[in-house]
Amino acid sequence: MNRSKRHLWQATAIATVAALGVAACSSSSSSSSSASSSSSSNAALTASAPGITPTTITIGSHQPLTGPAAPGYDEIAPASTAYFDYVNANGGIYGRKIIYKYLNDAYDPTTTASVVRQLVLQDNVYSIFNGLGTPTHLAVVSFLNSEKVPDVFVASGCECWNAPSTYPETFGWQLDYVSEGKILGQYVAQHFKGEKVAYFYQDDEFGMDGVKGLNYEIPASQVVSKQSYVDTNVNIAPQVAALRASGAKVVVAFSIPAFTALLKLDSLKLGFNPTLVVSDVGSDPITLSGLLESFAKQAGATVNGNQLTNGIITDGYLPSVGDTSNSWVALFTKVHNQYDAKEPLDGNFLYGMSVAYTFVQAMLKAGRNPTRADLTNAIQGGLPQGPMVAPFAYSSSNHLGVTGAYIGTIQNGVLVQQGSVLTTDTSATGPVTTFTGTEEQAPASGIPSP
Amino acid sequence: MRTLPRRLAVAIIVAAIVVFLSIKLNAFRDYQIAEIAVDVTAVAGLTVLTGLSGQISLGNGAFMAIGAYVTALLLLHLSWPFYAVLVVAAAATAVAGAAVGVAAARLRGPYLAGATLMLGVALPAIAYAWPATFGGDQGLNVVFTTPAFLGANFPLTRWQAWVSVAVALVTLILLANLQHSRIGRNWRAVRDDEVAAALDGINVAAARIRAFVVSATSAGLAGALLAIITGLVAPGAFTITLSIALLTAAVIGGLGSLAGALWGSLVIVLVPTYVTDVATSHGLSSSVGSNIPVAAYGVLLILVMLVFPQGIQGGLQRLFSLFAGPDQKPRTWRTAPTPHITPSADQAPASQHEKEGTS
Repeated sequence: MNRSKRHLWQATAIATVAALGVAACSSSSSSSSSASSSSSSNAALTASAPGITPTTITIGSHQPLTGPAAPGYDEIAPASTAYFDYVNANGGIYGRKIIYKYLNDAYDPTTTASVVRQLVLQDNVYSIFNGLGTPTHLAVVSFLNSEKVPDVFVASGCECWNAPSTYPETFGWQLDYVSEGKILGQYVAQHFKGEKVAYFYQDDEFGMDGVKGLNYEIPASQVVSKQSYVDTNVNIAPQVAALRASGAKVVVAFSIPAFTALLKLDSLKLGFNPTLVVSDVGSDPITLSGLLESFAKQAGATVNGNQLTNGIITDGYLPSVGDTSNSWVALFTKVHNQYDAKEPLDGNFLYGMSVAYTFVQAMLKAGRNPTRADLTNAIQGGLPQGPMVAPFAYSSSNHLGVTGAYIGTIQNGVLVQQGSVLTTDTSATGPVTTFTGTEEQAPASGIPSP
Repeated sequence: MRTLPRRLAVAIIVAAIVVFLSIKLNAFRDYQIAEIAVDVTAVAGLTVLTGLSGQISLGNGAFMAIGAYVTALLLLHLSWPFYAVLVVAAAATAVAGAAVGVAAARLRGPYLAGATLMLGVALPAIAYAWPATFGGDQGLNVVFTTPAFLGANFPLTRWQAWVSVAVALVTLILLANLQHSRIGRNWRAVRDDEVAAALDGINVAAARIRAFVVSATSAGLAGALLAIITGLVAPGAFTITLSIALLTAAVIGGLGSLAGALWGSLVIVLVPTYVTDVATSHGLSSSVGSNIPVAAYGVLLILVMLVFPQGIQGGLQRLFSLFAGPDQKPRTWRTAPTPHITPSADQAPASQHEKEGTS
């Protein structure tokens, strides 16, 4: 009897300590009231929505700062932060400073679900911005929409973000993979007429959307082999052997940078040297060159990364970092050197700053004292293309991002544009056409005008 | 006091504390309570499997996936009430656990680890094979709402926390009864010496399979809870990382101890968030700050293993015994055969499996 009482006491003590542990970690926070007010030019700044105070706008994101997706992609959020710092130092958004809180989800969807709830339910962010990854963001997209939190400019080209009726709060930003597949596919169909073509793609939404686009443009009779890989298995020798055996002259790859590098190295080993056509996702020349050199080193060989990437055909929806005459590259180089010179200035950094620019543009359009709905309405009303090479598709019935890209080749470690910008849509029949509009120039102030 | 009423009393006290906390704390903390309850449910099943029956599983994440997909499909297509879904999810994973258990009963040590690892890696990939049914990479959306009687303004995360904690507590009570029943004693006998257990008339294979069924069922329930709290069931959530995290929690908490399952779950849920907050509030650069939680986790794991080889629960028992006096030795499953346990005939049968075992 005495013993069982002691156990009861023990168990209760354990339960109490556990409860206190949870309580001790809690922090108080209450949601701000959302009083909408007029947005005339001299209206006082109010706390018009959760996450907005008279002096600040707090936004949040989930990013892979550690884990398999981190190399390269972990530069994106610091790049956005650098651009926000620049805006904050130059007057902010109607005087409000942007506070960008991004949390590490290590590219694990369960962690994403947790950190995004922390940002929304505890930190009361105004919006989720540029959440990175298809499987990760899918874990939170319905939660964000049910909480009516703007979910803007997802860092993934999945077609799935374009569902205005089910996900009215969610907006894509970068070129979707189906459109990208069509643009690359048309190039292959035109420039390698009658040649044997093979696909190499990641076995998920990213790769399959890309293949869908490729199939719309490349005649099925030309495609001699389709090889997929999973991103957890780095042994792709069997796939590369099959590609070689198929006699393909052109290999189109929808792969992440690490697997583009592996494809190249495994092909070299077999003396297989096809023309490589690689999705924008897996072709940043600086990232790729670094990966090629480090993988070769692990295998005990020395290679010149830039030499190996020479001649890779890819596409770009942002200006190339190497194009120093471009006004956007000049602006972002200036911001980079001023606010985050430690990070390499590569395609990922340019991406982070460009998406931050688009966000600032959308916030300025949303008005002086925006509610959450004001932001989504502002985006649906259409946005100027800013640093993108083609216009955005935003409307009330289309939540995809940019609609086009140019074809480029990698030459001496730099992406060089070949020909005009091409635009298209995600449908099977929508044509790939040459973009006839003019590209925007970066504003002298470096900050978009409302 | 009989053991079952005592456990019920503890469960009611814990439930009352959770209800109190869930009202006091913000919505995100409610979500974390639900997350902890999910992990406790899964880890408790695993700690019974590994700590008591001596089998290892690196595939319990796959059983969670089965529970989660069953839940999603039933809610999506048949709109069943959640309690009915829970029963079916548990039954489905029990069947899967029995199938795996039959294979597992023939394997030992690293071979068993390898086989269950394969399960953990391969099974979630089935979702890609039938995208029409399982939604492929995008997964299935689960709609779970608060019941009408709580009113329209009742926070969903609080309701999720209540449901999850209720399921976790029921699971813990059932497991505790099982642990102290004849079945539990058979598991320990099999774990310590299979030959001796067989000579004593214990069906070794049956005991091992039974442990797998129990462990899989707990994981299935946890999967069902995970489905309703995250609102999405997709293969990306059930990678091998999840299975390993469960095993880590069981080891940190103390293998074989149900209270340890709670400690381990608290650690894997709260430590990363807490350390991230500390790291970001000290203005560390992101390349350093983002790696600190991973490093802290590793350091904690090493420290627990060095200081408390029996896990947190083992360490706490040692502390308790220090205060209780020198005659109270720490009670661990490995060394002491729990003499104070009441005969199993005095206990209410906890589950179907127990009935089978005691008959």
